[in-house]
Amino acid sequence: MEIPKETLLTMYERMVRIRKFEEKASELFAKAKLPGFIHLYIGEEASGVGVCAALKDDDYITSTHRGHGNVIAKGGEPKYMMAELYGKITGYCKGKGGSMHIADAEKCILGANGIVGAGLPIATGAALSIRLRKSEQVVVCFFGDGASNQGTFHESINMGSLWKLPIVYVCENNQYGEFTPQKRHQVITDISQRATAYGIPGVTVDGMDVLAVYEAAVEAVKRAREGNGPTLLETKTYRFHGHFEGDPQLYRDKAEVEEWMRKDPIPKFEKQLLNNKVVTEEELKVIQNRIQQEIDDAVKFAEESPYPEDNEAVKDIYTDLIEEGRLR
Amino acid sequence: MRKMNFAQAINEGIRSEMRRDPNVFLMGEDVKFGVFGVTAGLIDEFGEERVRDTPITEEAIAGAAVGAAAAGSRPIAEIMFIDFITVAMDQIVNQAAKMRYMFGGKIRLPITFRTMAGAGISAAAQHSQSLEAWFTHVPGIKVVFPSTPKDALGLIISSIRDDNPVLFIEHKLLYGLEGEAPDTDEPIPLGVADVKRPGKDVTVVATGFMVHKALQAADQLAKEGIEAEVVDPRTLFPLDKETIYNSINKTHKVVIVAEEVKRGAWSGELAANIAEDCFETLKAPIKRIGSLNTPIPFSPPLEKYVVPNEVDIINAVKSIV
Repeated sequence: MEIPKETLLTMYERMVRIRKFEEKASELFAKAKLPGFIHLYIGEEASGVGVCAALKDDDYITSTHRGHGNVIAKGGEPKYMMAELYGKITGYCKGKGGSMHIADAEKCILGANGIVGAGLPIATGAALSIRLRKSEQVVVCFFGDGASNQGTFHESINMGSLWKLPIVYVCENNQYGEFTPQKRHQVITDISQRATAYGIPGVTVDGMDVLAVYEAAVEAVKRAREGNGPTLLETKTYRFHGHFEGDPQLYRDKAEVEEWMRKDPIPKFEKQLLNNKVVTEEELKVIQNRIQQEIDDAVKFAEESPYPEDNEAVKDIYTDLIEEGRLR
Repeated sequence: MRKMNFAQAINEGIRSEMRRDPNVFLMGEDVKFGVFGVTAGLIDEFGEERVRDTPITEEAIAGAAVGAAAAGSRPIAEIMFIDFITVAMDQIVNQAAKMRYMFGGKIRLPITFRTMAGAGISAAAQHSQSLEAWFTHVPGIKVVFPSTPKDALGLIISSIRDDNPVLFIEHKLLYGLEGEAPDTDEPIPLGVADVKRPGKDVTVVATGFMVHKALQAADQLAKEGIEAEVVDPRTLFPLDKETIYNSINKTHKVVIVAEEVKRGAWSGELAANIAEDCFETLKAPIKRIGSLNTPIPFSPPLEKYVVPNEVDIINAVKSIV
């Protein structure tokens, strides 16, 4: 597949943006600068970026509790994301959602989601709306190997395949459902096998190789856009950090983590770009520095932003009602 | 005025909104025919795309409604029996109700979840419940519970037009109830109660099918010289406290009648509100009538025993008047 340089560079940029955003979030969390808890996407960059590179701006995605990467891959902006992680009014959700609920309706990001598997029917419904509105859009539904055991997986893919909806179900198989390795939560190793049960194509790709992911996604998105229905696309990937920051990771050994880290998708992609003479080392360095600056600016923006006023708590529940506040 | 029954009124309201707004569509299990015929015939006018039979898949129905609404459609999602809504709870409670808030108000979710509730046909414990309190408890949802064809027509129209998730509860014993409705399909705003019978001695707040039990009780009481004012909130949230409180300020006594089991009920929330806000004006304890704290039994005599009737209402009124 001939991929334009511009696309390749956008993919590279987004992978670096995810990595640097997440590394910064990890550092800030360790310094107790961020409230709540966060689930990082480090190691899985090729999956989200490869898939979203196959999408248009007005295509929809839904994501998961590990959603920062998918959001950036779809064009989410670090400053509004970082402000949201801080719980500031300038965040994507005015500080009311936090890490697990980042959404950007303008970029057709229908939200990360704190409930495992909940994005599947929502994404399916967005695809139904596209069909009813006779629009050309497509939906990508990201979920993990853990979610593939939820009832919503079956209900949604059954519905999506029955109605031939314009959707791609992307299972980012990072080998663990929270602390439980895949072999202890299901018998199969390739989740894409389950596609057979719905009469749709099931494809497994190397989720550490952004170009392999991109090529598979282009095919699946094309199929969806042309009215031929869903694909179940599985990207085999790995999260380098724990389930959440601070997770002592007693359930996996260091050797396994190190083995996967040798497959790090970013250096791998850099090598591909350099070998094919798409870019020079200099150009890569320039991109890295620019993104680092962007992330540093995002932190500054978040830290300097105010928290929401108390009365924000009772707004945005309904479009037309404001709940009672507390008198103090 | 037109004559129509409760089921026809809902059908008419849906038809009217589907004609008016091409973004409105209906989906659910067997909506093509409709188990009680409520949605029958809509498919002839609007076709299979907009009157969409789904597999038996409640969580996907509810979730697809959320996604479709988020992407610009205006779904009416039917959960056949409210008892089945347990299967769809995550999508209604964690997704539909919270999405706008979690996203900082940057999304609208115009969804009508229609569902059928209530005892009375020996449908037993999994097809007879009244679960409205679960939903009034959750910020982010509106809950509508009409009692007459006229109200059902006006309120289904408002529910569909509302930009928020609305749970529209239909009591199954009301479907055949005949009544008058205006000649044109006009919305009745959510959050406005209706005084179904004026009276000066006691306020009886009743919901859904119990409105009719309360009216029967009021007729009996009138023969004994007690004039009960029957107030039907029509929407359980938002709740028109003003109309209820105005009535209590006049009668100084109140009985709340709801078919839900009494423990943890919506009626308890209303009683607590009245106690907080109207304590000075009350001249007797607040009385509350509900089903016994049991599952709904199958056997007809047991079902009748568990669910409140007009005698319970009369007794409660007489105990405070």
